[in-house]
Amino acid sequence: MKLVRLRDASRPRITLTLEGQPIEAQQGDTLLTALLAAGAGHLRESEFGDGPRAGFCLMGACQDCWVVVEGMGRVRACATLAAQGMEVRRG
Amino acid sequence: MKVAVVGAGPAGVRAVERLVAAGISPVWIDEAPDGGGRIYQRPPAGLARDARTLYGFEAKRATSVHETLDALKPKVDWRPETLVWHIRPEARTLNTLSRGRQAEVAYDAAILCTGAMDRVIPVPGWTRPGVTTLGAAQIALKTQGCGIGRRVAFLGTGPLLWLVAHQYAKAGAEVVAVLDTTSFATKLRAAPGLMLGGMTFAKGLYYTAWLRRRGIHIAEGVTPIAIDGDDNGVTAIAWRDAAGREHRAECDAAGIGWGLKPEAQLADLARVPFRHDPVQANWVPVRDEAGRTPVAGIYLAGDGAGIGGAEVAEIAGARAALTLLADAGHRIDPIETVTLDRRLASQARFRAALERAFPFPTHLARSIADDTLLCRCEGLRAGELRAAARAEAATGPATEVNRAKSFTRVGMGRCQGRVCGAAAAEVLAAELGCDVAAIGRLRGQPPVKPIPIPAPVSAP
Repeated sequence: MKLVRLRDASRPRITLTLEGQPIEAQQGDTLLTALLAAGAGHLRESEFGDGPRAGFCLMGACQDCWVVVEGMGRVRACATLAAQGMEVRRG
Repeated sequence: MKVAVVGAGPAGVRAVERLVAAGISPVWIDEAPDGGGRIYQRPPAGLARDARTLYGFEAKRATSVHETLDALKPKVDWRPETLVWHIRPEARTLNTLSRGRQAEVAYDAAILCTGAMDRVIPVPGWTRPGVTTLGAAQIALKTQGCGIGRRVAFLGTGPLLWLVAHQYAKAGAEVVAVLDTTSFATKLRAAPGLMLGGMTFAKGLYYTAWLRRRGIHIAEGVTPIAIDGDDNGVTAIAWRDAAGREHRAECDAAGIGWGLKPEAQLADLARVPFRHDPVQANWVPVRDEAGRTPVAGIYLAGDGAGIGGAEVAEIAGARAALTLLADAGHRIDPIETVTLDRRLASQARFRAALERAFPFPTHLARSIADDTLLCRCEGLRAGELRAAARAEAATGPATEVNRAKSFTRVGMGRCQGRVCGAAAAEVLAAELGCDVAAIGRLRGQPPVKPIPIPAPVSAP
């Protein structure tokens, strides 16, 4: 899944990492936006072997966008703002 | 008097406004950083579109709600980014979590304005990255300036289907198809009632006409077949038209949704009884027209108390606050309550027509194929739930939805049945040959959303 920036797309840049690899994002991005707009493709794997997941409701209800942030633990990517230097792992 | 208001969408804002006017400073709790609810959710700082671009026809309403919200914040105990994960009516206490910190909030009276989420029917491929709810597609655009893809298909029914498709096309995404599972004839039959909606109805017609004028593929009365994909996500959507012909459109994302359902978990934990509303095809918490529930001290307003939309939420929020004040012995203006009640009654007639125009397609939910993923949290397929309902099941047949949950884990996962619940109930009811109201509803459990369990402190 690739999120496409259609509006408000020239904000100051920030850098975070996903599984140790640098990712460029924009100030005001949620983690979900930051990762999926940068081409991460998915956020987690289903525990039941039925494939990757990348969130579904974007309103904190479905719990299908969990990722792990160093120092914060498990968070909903749709409801967590990305910040400079965040170290993110898939959930 | 200690008052708590949960939720800072249109209902919560108008409720708090009335409380503050009566000299009460409530604890006001919202999960989002800046309130507004889902419909009037504001983008984070740094995103700069104006209200007209963000909220379209609703810009004036959105701005008014935001201005009221901001003016109220310093007058109340405002607690943003805070989840209410439990409510204990016998102790009149809310349990909250904010940025990793637990707290308890005591209340004498509480108004729950907990909102709604999309109602979903699983289709093959719906768990792929690139498939989101219609609400999610809208939130991505509104609050992040992003489309869920470059070439997007929209599938489902209801006003949101047309609105989101319009917003995407306007923002420069390619809308490859708008696929409404409701037939044109069904909508036409509801048209006289929809006229009651005045402007709301006119806006709906405008979006549809706008999409048609741009040559966007529109189909009504469709049956979804599948959302196809590969390792990178979605590649196409397939459907059958009203005449039974199969179609397929290439796309890289799909938004799906069939109306809304209340986020009523806190009302449930507060032991408010529920009833099945056949018009909405939802379980809704019991309350009177004034927002009062059978549970002492608990009041409800907005979509969390039954789907009515943002305009109704504002009226109902104000009404519930006045009810609370009257119950607490405050003098309230009888003319204002009569006016609010009249507006609510008129809106309810329009809402009923809207539900008839875009009915929840129970036949689609009931005919989900056995091998289609039904519960995305637990990886459960529709056939597994059907098997649990049969007389020869080793456990004995699951004749009630919470038994089915125990036997199959349907609705037991991280979302607690928010996403699969509506469709799972139809699948189970169809297998048992009964009405969906007869199999009960998934009971809420605390915490209403997953919260971290702190590591135990080891004894010295």
